[in-house]
Amino acid sequence: MTPTRVDACHIEGMKSQTDSPIIHVCARGLAPVILIIGLYVFFHGHYSPGGGFQGGVLLAASFLLLRMTLGTQISQLVMPSRLTITLSAIGALIFAGTGLVAIFAGGNFLDYGFLPVPWFDPAYLRNYAILFIELGVTLTVMATLVSIYDDLLEA
Amino acid sequence: MTELMENYNGFLVPAISFIQGYYAYLFLLALFTIGLYAMMMKRNLMKKIMGMSFIQSATIMFWIVAAYKEDATVTVYHQPLGLENPDLYLNPLPHTLMLTAIVVAVVTLGLSFALIVAIYRRYQTLDEPLLLERMQ
Amino acid sequence: MATLELPPRGDVTAPVHQTVNKAGDPVAGAYFIQNAYRDAATPNMVTVILADYRSWDTLGEVVVVFAGGMACYFILRRRES
Repeated sequence: MTPTRVDACHIEGMKSQTDSPIIHVCARGLAPVILIIGLYVFFHGHYSPGGGFQGGVLLAASFLLLRMTLGTQISQLVMPSRLTITLSAIGALIFAGTGLVAIFAGGNFLDYGFLPVPWFDPAYLRNYAILFIELGVTLTVMATLVSIYDDLLEA
Repeated sequence: MTELMENYNGFLVPAISFIQGYYAYLFLLALFTIGLYAMMMKRNLMKKIMGMSFIQSATIMFWIVAAYKEDATVTVYHQPLGLENPDLYLNPLPHTLMLTAIVVAVVTLGLSFALIVAIYRRYQTLDEPLLLERMQ
Repeated sequence: MATLELPPRGDVTAPVHQTVNKAGDPVAGAYFIQNAYRDAATPNMVTVILADYRSWDTLGEVVVVFAGGMACYFILRRRES
């Protein structure tokens, strides 16, 4: 038991991918920053280059950095493997559900101008519906990339 | 001497403008050809997938080159520029299409890696002639 | 050889960048530039096209990504038999 190791290595039964403390500290410091940048890219997609796909890939990069350095077992605390397929399906359902709500409100499929929020201008209604769409896209892309990595590791 | 310079310029100026206008296409043509060569001639399945990734990159960058306009800015509405003149913004449609194509390319890569892992688990090889032999 | 028939890089007079094509119909790229902010009140035109004009395309995209993840899961799953 060397004192320079990161604490997470000492948890019983949780083996880390690498023993180097430099890599551990760098990955643990970098992953939340990438997470914040991913959220920024996702939420700021209306006003600058960015959006759901790019934000989702950045969020997945944050989780995959933890997976690659700290090992699969410890990084389960951040993003459990069994949640990924469910999150992916939830993202696709958010996307399709926004379109279905527009159908029930009397418009065409995915025609956000008909969403049942009467005190909004249709243009601003589209503005907020785009945010929901991007949320679905982000969830699906992030969860699918993490899920593919997990499946490849497990094999 | 002046005549020689004129002849020289008469050759050089069209050549430079040709390179300026078409170097992106020629580079992407080379990239696509490398990818096609890797997909057709290499025997290792992993190298074939690398060639497929080359071809995807070449196609995506070709569309991005097609969307480029001289002296145009990014496709975000800027108040002083206005919206009337479309020459001031890049063409947003190829960017959108390629944005989706990039994510599909990533998922395609992941899926092909999964298939390769399944093939290796079953046949213990990735070499194509050996694989065909073992499949008999 | 077909490369030389293409418009040079950055050519503003290329057919894809015009407002109206030769048959007199509006061209999609210029239409999106001129109308995206009016239709959706969102400055980023790529986002508007991705999630509003071509949202059906993006829905297919998301379904493809989801199906890719599911296919990986079912290919690499350990069969208990």
